[in-house]
Formats: sequence, C-alpha cells, structure tokens
Amino acid sequence: MHPNLSFEQAPPISVPYRFFLTAPLFGVVAGILLAWLGESAVASRWVGGALALTHLLAVGFMLQAMTGAVMQFVPVAAGGNVWRPRLVANIIHPALVIGASALVAAFLSQQGWLFRLAGSILLAAIGFFVVVAGTALLRTPARGATMLSMRIAIVGLAVTALLGVTLAEGLAGEAAWPLLELANVHAAWGLGGWALLLLAGVSYYVVPMFQLTPAYPVGLARWLAPTLLVILLLWSAQIGGDSPAWEQGVLLAGLAVAAGFAGVTLWLQQRRRRRVTDPTLLFFRGAMLCMIGLLVSAVVMALFPDLAEHPRAPYWLGVLALPGGFVSAINGMLYKIVPFLNWLHLQRLMGLGMLPPNMKEMIAERAMVAQMRVHFAAVILLLGGAIMPELVRIAGGVFAVSCAMLGWNLIQAARFYRDFRDRMRAAAPNPAP
Amino acid sequence: MTSLTQPLHDHHKHCDDLFAAAEEAAHKKRWPQCLESFRQFRGELEAHFATEEQVLFPAFENASGMVAGPSQVMRFEHAQMRDLLGQMEQAATQQNLDQFSGSAETLLVLMQQHNMKEENILYPMCEQSLSGQALSLVEPLRERVEAACRG
Repeated sequence: MHPNLSFEQAPPISVPYRFFLTAPLFGVVAGILLAWLGESAVASRWVGGALALTHLLAVGFMLQAMTGAVMQFVPVAAGGNVWRPRLVANIIHPALVIGASALVAAFLSQQGWLFRLAGSILLAAIGFFVVVAGTALLRTPARGATMLSMRIAIVGLAVTALLGVTLAEGLAGEAAWPLLELANVHAAWGLGGWALLLLAGVSYYVVPMFQLTPAYPVGLARWLAPTLLVILLLWSAQIGGDSPAWEQGVLLAGLAVAAGFAGVTLWLQQRRRRRVTDPTLLFFRGAMLCMIGLLVSAVVMALFPDLAEHPRAPYWLGVLALPGGFVSAINGMLYKIVPFLNWLHLQRLMGLGMLPPNMKEMIAERAMVAQMRVHFAAVILLLGGAIMPELVRIAGGVFAVSCAMLGWNLIQAARFYRDFRDRMRAAAPNPAP
Repeated sequence: MTSLTQPLHDHHKHCDDLFAAAEEAAHKKRWPQCLESFRQFRGELEAHFATEEQVLFPAFENASGMVAGPSQVMRFEHAQMRDLLGQMEQAATQQNLDQFSGSAETLLVLMQQHNMKEENILYPMCEQSLSGQALSLVEPLRERVEAACRG
C-alpha cells in the first residue's frame, strides 16, 4: 500500500511529548547526583556512581527522547505506520521511566534484585518498542540511506538491550561471564549501533532541511551504517574472552566513522545556503565537535598509553560522547521538533485560512540561547573535571540547571499548545476537522 | 532523458535559494531588498504550486484513480504555505523582524518536509503512473518551471 503522506499518520501530540518532557528530568537527576557524589563518581569507570550517571543519560535522557522521536519520525518522514501509537506509548513510556530508575538504583545500591527488576522491565519495554518500530520500518515503502540507517539502528538497540540484560544478570548473580568485555561491547552497540545510527539516519533527513545544506554525499550515507555494523561485529569478538591485539584498531575505526560523519556534517553546515544561525545549528556543531574530539582523544591515548590508563580517561571519553555529543544533538533537535509540532497540530485544529502563532512564539529564542550557553558551560566544566576533579561537583550542578532549563522551555511550549487549543475550543465548539 | 518530475526537483532548490536570500536580507534589516527577494520567492513558489495543481496532480489522479490520496494532501499543504506567505509578506511590509523570521522559520520547515514527501514518495508515484504519458507532460511542466526560473 502506498503511504498517504498525510498528517493523519502523525501520532497524537501527546505521544512524542511525554517522552520529550521526561528526558530532561533524568538529566537533572544526573547533574544532581554528580554534584552530590563529587570526585568519587569519576574515580573509575566501574564505580556504581559512574555507571548510574552513564545510564541516567543513556537510558533516562537519550533513549527516552529517541523513542519519542522515532514514534514521530517513522510515520511522518518514512510513511511507516506505527501500530496503535498511543497504546504503545502508554506502555513503553512508564516502563522506560521505571526501568531506568530501577537500573540507577541498582548501580547505586548494588542490590541484585534491583538489577534483575531493571533488566526485565527494560528488556520488555525495549523489546516491544523494537518489534513495533521495526515492523513499521520494514513495512514502509520508503527507501534510501535514512531508512537503512534507522533499520540497522533498531537492530543495534535490540543487541544493546540483550547485552544489557545479560550484564544485569551477571551483576545480580554469580555468573562467571566476562563482564568487562560484555560491557565494552554493550556500550559500543548502544552508542554506535543505536544512538549514532539513529542520529545519522535522522540527520540525513533534517540537516539539509533545517539549514538548506547540500545533501550528505551518497557514498557516506549509503556505507556508514553497514561499515559501522561490520566494525561492531568485529568489536564483539572480545566476548570470546581474550582481547585480540587488533581490538584497539577496531575501536579507532569505529570512532573514525563517527568523526567522519561529524566532519561531513560540519562541512555541509559550512556550505549551507541559509545564512541565519540558530540554537539548533549551534547545538549540532557542538555535538559534532565532541564526536571529533572522541577520535582525537582515542588517538592520543593510543599514542600515550599512560593517558589511556589514567583513571579518569573513560570519564573524559564519556563526557564527550554523552553530554557533549548526544545530549547536545538531541537538545538542538528538540528545539526544532517541538515548536513545529505545536504549530502543525494547532494549524490543523484551526483549519485553513487561519494561522496559529509562528514557531518562534512557541519557545522564545532568548530562552533557547540562554539554556544553550548553560549547557555548553556544563560540558566544558565536565571536561575540566577530568583534569581537575574538584570541578565535577560544580559541573554537575550546572548540568542539572541546564537540563532544568531545557525541561522548562519544553514545558512552556507544551503549555502554550494546551492553552491555545483550549481557547480555540472554547471559542468554537465545533472546530473545522 | 530527464525524468518527468526532474524540473520540479530542480525548482525546489531554486525556491530555497530565493527564500534564503529574503531571510538573510530581513536579518540584515535591508527591507527593500528583503521584499524584492521575497516577492520573487513567492512568485516562484506560486508558479510551482500551479504547475503541480493544474498539470501534474490532475494527470496523476486520472491515471491512478487516487483522487483523495496523496495529491490532495499536497494541495492542503500548499494552502497552508500560501497562508504563511501572506503572513511573511505582511511582516516584511511592516518591517517586523520577529514576525518575519518566525513565519519564515515555520514556512521553511513546512516547505522542506513537504518537498521531501514529494521528492521521495509522490513524484516517484507520478513517474510510475504517468510513464505512458510522459511525453505529453514533460514539455508543459518544463516550460512552466523554466519560465518561472527566468522570472
């Protein structure tokens, strides 16, 4: 069946918004937790505090926002019908909130039953989401690099969840599994296989659209996802037990793919035909610079092994990838998606011949710019914490403030939508369809 | 041979350039220049919509039998964009940068997602349905779009 290109395929606005509005809360909690734990949270990659912080961002913030984005993007941009989106969101959204919270509590308390609880809830929620989103993506007649990237991303999410629940079981019980290697592979699938491929797939579509840049080079768009998939499979060989010598090369290759994507994105944005600069563009630039920073850091660490063995080296890489890379990109994207969805849904309610307030009236640009400054200050302070660990408390505090401001800006937009809609309904009991 | 809808693809890019010029002029507060670019942009976009609504869509609807389908959705989005064009012109006339840039931002996202849907889904459907009639359609389309480009 042909997609009908219609707005009717878009889910109700409450479907993406519940995910978008929840994500910043986990960011706030992450910032407060870091401010509270201080240096002890960044002493090693394996302390409970560090793992709790990582998952507050990866599951609490990123997965939450990305799930909402997929629920919106697949039907509208790809013409793929998501099965009963409201019901799916009613199930997945609370499950992700409870699962992420239980997982963070498990890392902080080291209670086996919490690991098992978190593992089963997250596996069920993610498994359900993978089936629903995967079916919609397989059934859409749309072709091209965005679809390929998103389909592989969904596979990446499934692998991440399976490895994650295995790790949770390993941490809960006595299993003699190679946890270190499993964790390396789990992180690579989560960040590379799921998050980066989803970001890339969406970017192929929206970067040219928002800034009027040239399209991504066909070769890059076509080969990035399959190349990364091969790299991830090679990287997964370490689960076998001993790490072969070439594993470091595989890691660098994976980071080079990410940096290549980031470099091309920056280059396209340099060549944009639209000269106006906005917060989304700057958030994206920051995110792409962090991704390039990851490769540069990994190369430097490969050349100077003393640096790689520094206890805060993983923290440095983690800040570049999570708050610096993905959180920045998602933050910037939300500032386009939410005002546009507000506008589109209100316009639809009003009918032709009448226009709702424009996108810039949904979230004031001043508020977005202010939050962006706080966000990048937080990223710089967080990075500084790798060199001067006494900075991490203040960095955590600033990051919490930034996420609170993001949440506030999004809540303002949602309230704007609700109030405007209610006023319209009150004025005209039977609005045009 | 160039495909049936290639001129429409090319014309989307042409309209983007004119949009960007008008928006840049507004941000530099060069209002006469903004109005000039904007009117050129609006004229091109209207010519584009007319080509689709008067030539391409009726032919597609006849050939495919899909009267209430995707072409109808595209017509609706054209109407939404026409409303926004009116709002932008009013803002440019009043030299109101906030209003102009807000409407421009909204129109840009709406227009780009519209173009993507056309280029990725509707135009390929038209190519498929109209393959037998390609010759009779190519020229009128190309002439209209090229005339708009010469504007």
